[in-house]
Amino acid sequence: MAQTSIPGHRKRSIWYRLRQDMRQNYQVYLMWLPVLAFYLVFKYAPMGGLAIAFQNYKPLKGIMGSKWVGFEHFVDFLTGPYAWRTIRNTLVINFYQLIFGFPIPIIFAILVNEIKCRPYQRTVQTISYMPHFISMVVMCGMISDFSASMGLFNTIGQAFGAPRISFLSEDEYYRFIYVGSGIWKQMGWSSILYLSTLSGVDPALHEAAAIDGAGRFRRVIHVTMPALIPIIAVQLIMRIGHIMGEGHQKTILLYNDSVMEVADIVSSYVYRRGFKQNDYSFGAAVDLFNSIVNIIVLCSANYFSKHVVKESLW
Amino acid sequence: MIESKSFASRAFDIFNYVFLFVLSLIFLYPMWYVLVGSFSDPRQLFVYQGFLWKPLGFSLLGYKAAFDNPNVPIGYLNTLFYVGVGTIANVFVTALGAYTLSRPKLMFKKLFTIMVVFTMYFNGGMIPTFLVVKGVGLYNSRMALILPVLVNTWNMIVMRTAFKAIPASLEESARLDGASEFTVLFRIIVPCAKATIAVMFLYYAVDHWNSWFNAMIYLQDREKYPLQLFLREILLISVQNAASADAGDASDALYMDTLVKYALIIVSTAPILCIYPFVQKYFMKGVMMGSVKG
Repeated sequence: MAQTSIPGHRKRSIWYRLRQDMRQNYQVYLMWLPVLAFYLVFKYAPMGGLAIAFQNYKPLKGIMGSKWVGFEHFVDFLTGPYAWRTIRNTLVINFYQLIFGFPIPIIFAILVNEIKCRPYQRTVQTISYMPHFISMVVMCGMISDFSASMGLFNTIGQAFGAPRISFLSEDEYYRFIYVGSGIWKQMGWSSILYLSTLSGVDPALHEAAAIDGAGRFRRVIHVTMPALIPIIAVQLIMRIGHIMGEGHQKTILLYNDSVMEVADIVSSYVYRRGFKQNDYSFGAAVDLFNSIVNIIVLCSANYFSKHVVKESLW
Repeated sequence: MIESKSFASRAFDIFNYVFLFVLSLIFLYPMWYVLVGSFSDPRQLFVYQGFLWKPLGFSLLGYKAAFDNPNVPIGYLNTLFYVGVGTIANVFVTALGAYTLSRPKLMFKKLFTIMVVFTMYFNGGMIPTFLVVKGVGLYNSRMALILPVLVNTWNMIVMRTAFKAIPASLEESARLDGASEFTVLFRIIVPCAKATIAVMFLYYAVDHWNSWFNAMIYLQDREKYPLQLFLREILLISVQNAASADAGDASDALYMDTLVKYALIIVSTAPILCIYPFVQKYFMKGVMMGSVKG
């Protein structure tokens, strides 16, 4: 119908629309230029730079002059002694973060939401955000100070009759400290998302449930939780899609020679190979391998969620 | 109220209040411990083991020693530069991008959005990014800490969502008066989205204040180092050296060691901890799960 009422509409070529768009929006496009430049130079050029993962890249020769070696670095990594150690540690740490770090902010948000005294609620929230603003360097500095054999953690340990230990140099404690400090730092901050969702729940729903005789606990199950499910699903997909993607910063700050076997993860290994040994190609190959695994896991999680829970990222 | 309070409900309330109180203590105590430790007497602090609730004795020696370290004022000034210049550049360019993506009629909007969102899921990784930064001549330049982190995609999407929520009628009169797009953005849109802009300033400023890794790989001259990089040397690297050295002889420097660390932690963290509570009421706007699809 639209086609008959506007004759000639279909004849308008893409060039005509382009000219029209440029005339109307050239100012907007000018404003976009710096953003475009940023993305091209600092986001897309490095993606092109991933070509070095298939080369023996020599900085002096550049990408054009360096020798191509195909999948050699990938094979070297996967058959080498560090693949199992770094992949295993990345997965184990992420697994702990998933089963503890993921639900805790949700439970925290529900508990905070159940407080009816507004000033108390706000105070708890403000305090819980604080660790998020402490820098990684400072937090790791504090951890290392508290974990020392004369430190705060040992004071607590002694209260329970434990012997003095230097926690950060013990295989059994390193991951616990790594994951636990992460939860301490982020749980309040991660709960904001859930709290803001909960603040949007219509109080009438709670009232109706109460009138129907639902107690406190039943209302959390039948009113609060359903409101959170969509956002939990989306967050969970993103979290699972990150299962191989633990950042390098905290590990580089915390690990030491005595705990390498449990502490070294893929990204810290990439950092060491790339920046300590200037083995750019090998490092880039390991990093690329890691990203590709992540993308595959993310897409699978998204696909699964789309068909089972009807929630998805895209 | 809607409910007659049952016993179980009351019991839960009491448990909940106490539990969250204890949790708050756990959030606060490490910082409190460092704070009161930093005002303590160095020798008492050195031999003390246990919980600290108030300073052991009182001294400002830790702060004096912290600022006597020439690296600390250098790092502090550099950090102020990176935070000041970096954050203004961040918010400015992010606003430009968010404005573009929020325009209703734009032929390439979809392409731009996909292009930007894609980088949230895939990127070149640290080594190719490093080589690009080096390639464009930013190695060992102060700009290496500003330009490669100019736009945070997530922040831009959040800002776009906030801009989209502003009714178009507000800009129409300005447009009739012949205002340029630039004027519309900075005279109408930005003032309407004050809360989101405030949160963005905070997010970017905190990122710059706390960042250390880029400085470590991109900077060579120590006089350009931000505070966090010096902090890392003092808090974490010196520990590893001290552990390997023979710690039998407790000299004055050793007494001071912990005290100076605590003072430095306070000096480097206090500014941010003093600011965030004031912006806190806007945080919820900063986490809008703006659907990325539009």
